[in-house]
Amino acid sequence: MKSIFAFLTVAVFLVSCNPAPTSSKSSKGALTGNAAEKVYVAPGQYDEFYAFISGGFSGQLAVYGLPSGRLFRVIPVFSQDPEKGYGYNEETKPMLNTSHGFVPWGDSHHPDISQTNGELDGRWVFINENNTPRIARISLETFETEEIIEIPNSAGNHSSSFVTENSEYVVAGTRFGVPIPQRDMPISEYKGNFKASLSFIKINQESGNMNIAFQLRMPGFDYDLSHPGRGKSHGWFFFSMYNTEEAHSLLEVNASQNDKDFIAAVNWKKIEEYIKAGKGHKEKVKYAHNTWNDDTHTATSKMENEVLVVNPQDVPGAIYFLPTPKSPHGCDVDPTGEYIIGNGKLAAAMTVHSFTKMQKAIADKAFDGDKYGIPIIKFEAVNYGTLEQPGLGPLHTEFDTRGNAYTTFFISSEVVKWNVKDLKVIDRHPVYYSVGHLMIPGGNSRKPFDKYLVAMNKITKDRYLPTGPEVCQSAQLFDISGDKMELLLDFPTIGEPHYAAGIPAKMIMDKSQKIYKLEDNKHPDAVKTEADTKVVRKGNEVHIYMSMIRSHFSPDNIEGVKVGDKVFFHVTNLEQDYDVPHGFAMIGAQTAEMLIMPGRTATSVWEPKEVGVWPFYCTDFCSALHQEMQGYVRVSAKGAKTPIKYTLDDEVPGEEEE
Amino acid sequence: MKLKLILVALVIAVSSCGGNDKKEVKKEAPVKEVVKEVVKETAKVNPMDDKGVGPITNITLGDIDESLVAKGKEIFKAKCTACHKIKKRYIGPALKGVTQRQSPEWIMNMILNPEKMIVENKTAKELLKEFSAPMANQHLTQDEARAVLEYFRTKN
Repeated sequence: MKSIFAFLTVAVFLVSCNPAPTSSKSSKGALTGNAAEKVYVAPGQYDEFYAFISGGFSGQLAVYGLPSGRLFRVIPVFSQDPEKGYGYNEETKPMLNTSHGFVPWGDSHHPDISQTNGELDGRWVFINENNTPRIARISLETFETEEIIEIPNSAGNHSSSFVTENSEYVVAGTRFGVPIPQRDMPISEYKGNFKASLSFIKINQESGNMNIAFQLRMPGFDYDLSHPGRGKSHGWFFFSMYNTEEAHSLLEVNASQNDKDFIAAVNWKKIEEYIKAGKGHKEKVKYAHNTWNDDTHTATSKMENEVLVVNPQDVPGAIYFLPTPKSPHGCDVDPTGEYIIGNGKLAAAMTVHSFTKMQKAIADKAFDGDKYGIPIIKFEAVNYGTLEQPGLGPLHTEFDTRGNAYTTFFISSEVVKWNVKDLKVIDRHPVYYSVGHLMIPGGNSRKPFDKYLVAMNKITKDRYLPTGPEVCQSAQLFDISGDKMELLLDFPTIGEPHYAAGIPAKMIMDKSQKIYKLEDNKHPDAVKTEADTKVVRKGNEVHIYMSMIRSHFSPDNIEGVKVGDKVFFHVTNLEQDYDVPHGFAMIGAQTAEMLIMPGRTATSVWEPKEVGVWPFYCTDFCSALHQEMQGYVRVSAKGAKTPIKYTLDDEVPGEEEE
Repeated sequence: MKLKLILVALVIAVSSCGGNDKKEVKKEAPVKEVVKEVVKETAKVNPMDDKGVGPITNITLGDIDESLVAKGKEIFKAKCTACHKIKKRYIGPALKGVTQRQSPEWIMNMILNPEKMIVENKTAKELLKEFSAPMANQHLTQDEARAVLEYFRTKN
């Protein structure tokens, strides 16, 4: 009944010219009268923000517009994507190589946008993979994955991929303590023997290329999340952890015993100095480092074999433990860099640590013993205060520019706005349901763009039309420009939306890549004109150098292929116009289709198994004559004498009378 | 026409609700302009006087510039031959003698601004009817299009 009334209110508003400022709070989420206007982006108009929302166990990264919640693109990162050919075509397969071999999927978690001077700079977005520990870098010009680096000596790269305030480093962590190096040993001997790595990956400021600068060899606790210091705390990085009990089974109970776990405060600038002075040691490891080359349109995978390991005892004064109640998830640093918020997910209070107090405590040696040689700072000596009873199950906090924090509460399904200095709750709003992370564009920076907040929910239950046992994951958009948070919109997301990064559209939209210039195409198998197209046999390999343009392939009749051959279609899109990709699909291909951007070259492998004449075609509707964009490959029997022949309109392609 | 008027009226009615969308109303009422263009197009035009629609309004041709021809030939080969041959109809028309059929401005505008040409220019519209495939925009610069034009001048 209530919901019908709410619906009527909305309906009345839609037809009335002059809506009354209603604020009919209903159990469905307290939509005020003008919420629809606030998220309405008229046809042809642009959204104000990009939101890069983690695709969770889909392994990808989804791009949405805010405030509309419209999905623009799913960027393939850690998982194969047959829609685009990513991870299936020869050029992108190396991107998914790891020390375990080809891994076709991933579990992406926490995107973070590169920064300069503590503010978003819109160059790259990074995202971590939890399962087979990796970090990817995605270009914000091409919206494509340019680099994936595997993290050795780690398992469960969860506390990642956050960047320092000048993008000096992106970090990786270890959620599952493991034997380092890996070895055959009893699981029950976890305690004291399993270890964890906190990895600092240097970012090249020109190319964006990542290289592991060093790994801290930490006790085998479960490192959960992390955030960089900024402003006064720049040079430090903070990592939350649970399972300081070092349990190896039934962690649900056994890792929830200690009253306080820790946030690790890591002074990476100091560690840099130690390394310069020769501290640390090289260890033999094996990890894949995959880079995409935008000139050759091809990825290469290199197996690296060495990493610099730093033990905490090598770097005295660089690592401290801050006691933080009950398995903290988020450890979030406010825009000033002074406050470090521990979101103790089993605690009844939010813990606010002070960077100023931490420095004084270190100077005063106000320690409460140590753990594996790492000094534990006295709780009172570092703690600024606690926010008592704000909600149940705090997970993650972001900030506005007005001194307020916004924290998600998983168990009580709400977002709570509170003042960091006063430690007072200002507002609370239910979410639907079981919220994990939230995101304010620029929320992990000195300068949040604090107009919107996106809450990412784990459970939706009754919020959408049911679609069988699995219902969509969901995000909820709030207006946070006023004193009260206002719920504006629900929108579904792909995979599990762990975390997100947002940025004003105007910071990146104008540099978005439109085409790849044919003259810059350095792909070794590219064809630049139809005259270059050809078919070449090399033993049992047949290489078809093919072009596509609206709306034909060259060549489009190919003969001389035999059963048992391995056929490589090297296909170049000769278009030089925006938004004219062509697709390539071959009947029976066990790879995928390919979606080829203007000026790009991509390669699909096809192994014909039966004699016949087999068609291929363009999958992406390219023109009024798209349906005509098709061709044939004649496949003869193994050992047949059919010669290689390739034509277009019954002539050798590109033959021109001069 | 009547239908369009009703549509426009509707748009006005809808957008007048807020009272702050005057600009949009203007945008939605291009009826007059459309009529004008129809009238313009029915008039007979000598194709050599038809400059087409686009950035090129006036080109003065001098003697054939051989270095420009060579450059134009390269560009033509790289960007145009997927659809055009010189002596033979292909996806698009054969280009032999094109500079005797169309003005230099029209040729360059067809290269630089094909999307508008096939909608607004009578000859281009007829060509689309005949060849079915709309000319692709290969994003040549004006200088590149000029070079291609010079190359075409040698193909008469």
